[in-house]
Amino acid sequence: MFNTREFQAIYVMWLRQMKRFLRSKSRLVSTIIQPLFFLFILGSGFRTVITLGEGGDYLHFLAPGIVAMSILFSSMFTGVSVLWDKQFGFLQEVLVAPISRFSIIIGRTLGGATTALIQGLIILIIAIGLGVPISSFFGLLLTIAFMILIAFSAVGFGLIIASKMQDFHGFPLIMNLIILPLLFLSSAFFPVTSNETMKIIAFFNPLFYMVDGLRGSLIGFNNILPPLVNLGLVFVICIVMMTIGSYLFNKSEA
Amino acid sequence: MDIIKTKNLTKKFSDLTAVDNVTFSVHKGEIFGFLGPNGAGKTTTIKMLTTLLNPTAGSARISEFDIIKQRDKVRQNIGIVFQEPALDTELTGEENLEYHARMYGLNRSKRKDRIEEVLKLVDLEEKRRVFVKNYSGGMKRRLEIARGLMHYPNVLFLDEPTLGLDAQTRRAIWAYIKKMNKEEDTTIFLTTHYMDEAEYLCDRVGIIDRGKILVINSISNLKSAVGKDVITLSCTDLNKLNKKLQEQKWISKIKQHDGFLTLGVEKGDEKIPIIIELAQIVGVKIKSISVRKPTLDDVFLSYTGHTIRDEEVKSNSMIGIHPQYTRGKR
Ligand SMILES: Nc1ncnc2c1ncn2[C@@H]1O[C@H](COP(=O)(O)OP(=O)(O)OP(=O)(O)O)[C@@H](O)[C@H]1O
Ligand SMILES: [Mg+2]
Repeated sequence: MFNTREFQAIYVMWLRQMKRFLRSKSRLVSTIIQPLFFLFILGSGFRTVITLGEGGDYLHFLAPGIVAMSILFSSMFTGVSVLWDKQFGFLQEVLVAPISRFSIIIGRTLGGATTALIQGLIILIIAIGLGVPISSFFGLLLTIAFMILIAFSAVGFGLIIASKMQDFHGFPLIMNLIILPLLFLSSAFFPVTSNETMKIIAFFNPLFYMVDGLRGSLIGFNNILPPLVNLGLVFVICIVMMTIGSYLFNKSEA
Repeated sequence: MDIIKTKNLTKKFSDLTAVDNVTFSVHKGEIFGFLGPNGAGKTTTIKMLTTLLNPTAGSARISEFDIIKQRDKVRQNIGIVFQEPALDTELTGEENLEYHARMYGLNRSKRKDRIEEVLKLVDLEEKRRVFVKNYSGGMKRRLEIARGLMHYPNVLFLDEPTLGLDAQTRRAIWAYIKKMNKEEDTTIFLTTHYMDEAEYLCDRVGIIDRGKILVINSISNLKSAVGKDVITLSCTDLNKLNKKLQEQKWISKIKQHDGFLTLGVEKGDEKIPIIIELAQIVGVKIKSISVRKPTLDDVFLSYTGHTIRDEEVKSNSMIGIHPQYTRGKR
């Protein structure tokens, strides 16, 4: 089975992204440095200003939010990077190969998710090193599950964007007008409990369930919904994103 | 045996018919060329034949497999070098080849041997571990040709294989194309808008314009319809000079268009003084005169009575040079 073309195609798509990721030192560094900056600057700047519902250290509150953010950004980027392949023609090389588009998408998604997870894990380990507590072993497993689901959802979303855009020009617009506001309203950086309107808005925000779930499973307090409820919801979000993303990618012509 | 067979192949993009009822066949083992100006429908035809685009109407078979119903079979049997570069520049040359081979189901030992073979064919053995982003334009093109050959395709499609390359690299690539046609017995379908390229490489060419095939023949036959050399001139009274020149038997063809006279002749250099003399006899003053090798444009003129594109001719006085075109831009 490991020699079948479809398996090889998935493997190639995955391996290619891993190589590109590991070779691009600047990307590796910047995607790790950026969330760390957020962690330190926000962590020390807002520590005294923000009051948390259940009390506790602001850094502990922030860490899950930053982990979610780094995975989101990285996965979205790999999802959208299909555009590179489109623009630079490499996509055509893949599309004329005797392999199904399904394998191409699976390979791409796995590759994107793996690189995002590596980054998320590095941030997580640093956060734990800084004293962010782990609620329990089961909590840690749940954390990983959330990280995986976040990664796949964001790759799916990236694929949706990529199949709707012709080039990269619109990408910053989408980041600034959609992703950042959603992230701010997701309780990643500050709690949404202080204000009833914000809480209601949060319930319409898919990122909220990801961040809240990650927080609930990692540190185990200051979360609003129980982690398993969040997990179920995020799972549904993930399936929806992946389905739409692969459907649109499938339909797009080279 | 015909390895590519198309029947009334048509592609419409909303109201534009890019490929219009095209019927032709390519024999096994030959080098067949599509010669046509920008926007003629060459790439669109290739994309349909390589299963990247669905035809609006008509059908085609490659190695007896239908391009719509048996996509996977067709894909296994073809290799393609796209007009736009399609390499992963962040990978090495060897990695590009290896990933390609994996997707086409070559096993490990086959992969290894074949990579050696094709690298040797295009003289890139020394650059195998270099990242493609550090390759020159010609090296990239050679690597793409090598990659197209990796999986032993029956037919290799080359979409403008030497566009934007310098003369020396073009010669080298021509040599590789000839070599693989001979040594690997690969049938080659290429597109180009260079006459010299078609002439050097192709056994037969089809001239395509605005989606339609005008004629299929060997280049030498096509050119002999024009003459060995082409003289273009402008003068004070075109009609008068035209009439005088019509009497000359050594002129194979005269066309009058856009304030110019175009003549097909042999040994053009020697004919210029004779023409000037004739002009003096009828009292016409020649404003400009030049001699050149026939171009695609001239072949067009002789087959259609009009130049390739009036507006295009204005911006590029000679077809074969397309300044708006750059390849390998990254
Ligand atoms: N995806 C598309 N959507 C709409 N029109 C298209 C599309 N692709 C090609 N065309 C049009 O179809 C016509 C033929 O294009 P094609 O790319 O086949 O030309 P070509 O012969 O390869 O030209 P060139 O020498 O410039 O590569 C052009 O008028 C082009 O604008
Ligand atoms: Mg083209």
